[in-house]
Amino acid sequence: MTARRKQSIIFLIIRILSLSVVAILFLILGFIVVHGFQVINWGFVSQMPKEGMMEGGILPAIVGTLCLIAGSMIFAFPIGVMSGIYMNEYLRDGWMKRFVRLMTDNLAGVPSIVFGLFGMALFVNKLHFGDSLIAGSLTLGLLALPVIIRTTEEALKSIDQSYREASFALGASKLYTIKNVILPVAFPNILTGLILSIGRVSGETAPILFTVAAYFLPKLPSSIFDQAMALPYHLYVLATSGTDITKARPMAYGTALILILIVLICNLIANGIRKWQRKKA
Amino acid sequence: MKKIFTKIQVGTLAISSLMTSITVVLIVFFLFKEGISFFNKRPVEQGFVLLVNPNNSVTHISPSECKQVFDQEITDWKTLTGTSLPITLITLDDIGSIYSEEQIGAEMEYLDTCYNHFIQENRGVIAVVPERNFTKRIHASKLDVDKNTIAAFVKGKEWFPTAKPIAQFGALPLLIGTFLVSFGAILFALPLGLACAIYMSEITNDKMRRIMKPVIELLAGIPSVVYGFFGLVVIVPFIQKLFHLDVGETALAGSIVLGIMALPTIVTISEDALQNVPKAMREASLAMGATKWQTIIKVLVPYARSGIMTAAILGVGRAIGETMAVLMVTGNAANTTFNFLKPVRTIPATIAAELGEAPSGGIHFQALFALACILFLITMTINIYVNFVSKQNHK
Repeated sequence: MTARRKQSIIFLIIRILSLSVVAILFLILGFIVVHGFQVINWGFVSQMPKEGMMEGGILPAIVGTLCLIAGSMIFAFPIGVMSGIYMNEYLRDGWMKRFVRLMTDNLAGVPSIVFGLFGMALFVNKLHFGDSLIAGSLTLGLLALPVIIRTTEEALKSIDQSYREASFALGASKLYTIKNVILPVAFPNILTGLILSIGRVSGETAPILFTVAAYFLPKLPSSIFDQAMALPYHLYVLATSGTDITKARPMAYGTALILILIVLICNLIANGIRKWQRKKA
Repeated sequence: MKKIFTKIQVGTLAISSLMTSITVVLIVFFLFKEGISFFNKRPVEQGFVLLVNPNNSVTHISPSECKQVFDQEITDWKTLTGTSLPITLITLDDIGSIYSEEQIGAEMEYLDTCYNHFIQENRGVIAVVPERNFTKRIHASKLDVDKNTIAAFVKGKEWFPTAKPIAQFGALPLLIGTFLVSFGAILFALPLGLACAIYMSEITNDKMRRIMKPVIELLAGIPSVVYGFFGLVVIVPFIQKLFHLDVGETALAGSIVLGIMALPTIVTISEDALQNVPKAMREASLAMGATKWQTIIKVLVPYARSGIMTAAILGVGRAIGETMAVLMVTGNAANTTFNFLKPVRTIPATIAAELGEAPSGGIHFQALFALACILFLITMTINIYVNFVSKQNHK
């Protein structure tokens, strides 16, 4: 067999393998979209669960997840962005920067169930928040922090040094330059970090298991110290512990579809912003 | 005044940059505080003591020996370094069937004398006595159950955290389950991911790459509970049918689901590694008359070796820590097995499944934190190693 012949065979195999990766994604998406669409209607997203979650809607889970997204981002986004700014604009290369970066990387690698344990030990037990939206939001916020820091850093790094120099040459202070020159330019890219971490936060189950998630709670949370249902945990409950699996399945498909839609929309927006940025540049 | 204001603002930035470090320190503190206190406790059911005949020379017993005694696998004191004598067991339930209600008393006020009677009568007795009934009227010596040790925890083969009167905390089946599932995942994901990375980086054109990239990103974005659900309704029944098993929830199902979840990490990082190979290497090889494939397999892949290794290790790291998907598809039986077609139970799944039922501050609760410490140490080691390797590559 000639080398060329061999190459074309191997390339064919590689092509098939990589296309099968794409196929896996579409298989999963397709499976859930097809089954989920038969269930989803206005009632499904706007009603309380009924008959032991077998009928009715998933409104409290949707609201709970939205609250968790909002809560975690209110906490993590400002801190993450400020941290990214400090690391890129102020910290010089040295042991300090290496240390902070190592810690950020480590935090990113901590398994989500460990976040759950930690959130329970600190927020629920030590600070006596109890199982509550605030405990869950803070736990999820800590989990999202590394993503936001990293995207902020990348966004700031990609800004040409001439912007900073021009601003300094006009007599602007460092802080003024960051606030009025650097941040506006970097903002769209920082926003992608926010959106991607929203996608991540909305799907995490393990960190909320012991910090906020309620098995079944047919009312909307009224304060940040309330327990709440959440989409990913609701899906887990529907998929594994229903009394009647066949009746719970459609509900599970619908919940999975809503979850996937959130992630999908977040990814589309982030990609859109990136594309728009590239066009502008 | 303005200077102070600036200082405050910069200080705020500095403090927020320390947030991640503080969090890591706090995580270590809280995990290890609970986890370490597990190793100072004895796994006896709370509120009970074990008593033996005062003439018995045995003073302590290990938790696993104790379980064997209660399962009647050990029936003679000789095995427990005592003199040859059959072991008789008596628990609170047995007392009720041996002694009449009058003997015990209407409010169990003579429970201790009943116990004492039985202990004096039977030289080879082990009595499980409620602590508040262990009064001066009982003439017996205490049989101490050994404290939990790290060695026994890691080597122990039995995980029965709620067994009574002696709970079993052997993490070996969980460790093996975790590694088995992760190993299977990487076996499945590495070839697929590497092929995908080679395809994207070397073979296909820009247009296809622009389609593949978002697909891989989306694969990374799908929540793990959705993967678990998909595994539960598609992969598990498929495996069950394919291998004619009683249950489809197996290590194999976990490996496949985790493999799919590890794909994005592996593809992205190995593609980066391939892209970072200097152009000169590629061109030199092609100029020598090597085909594209020969260049890839003889030049590019060896050059990007450490990057691909990093990808595999990070993939394993993600798989080890993954909770929900594994919890839903692996069956969660604490088997010490290397068989992919058996149900297994991983460390994260154990924590997720049991923490809700473990009373806060109890020994079971602390055992789960000790498991989390192991998990944390494994992923931390992986991260630091990867950090170290990638720094060396940049030099």
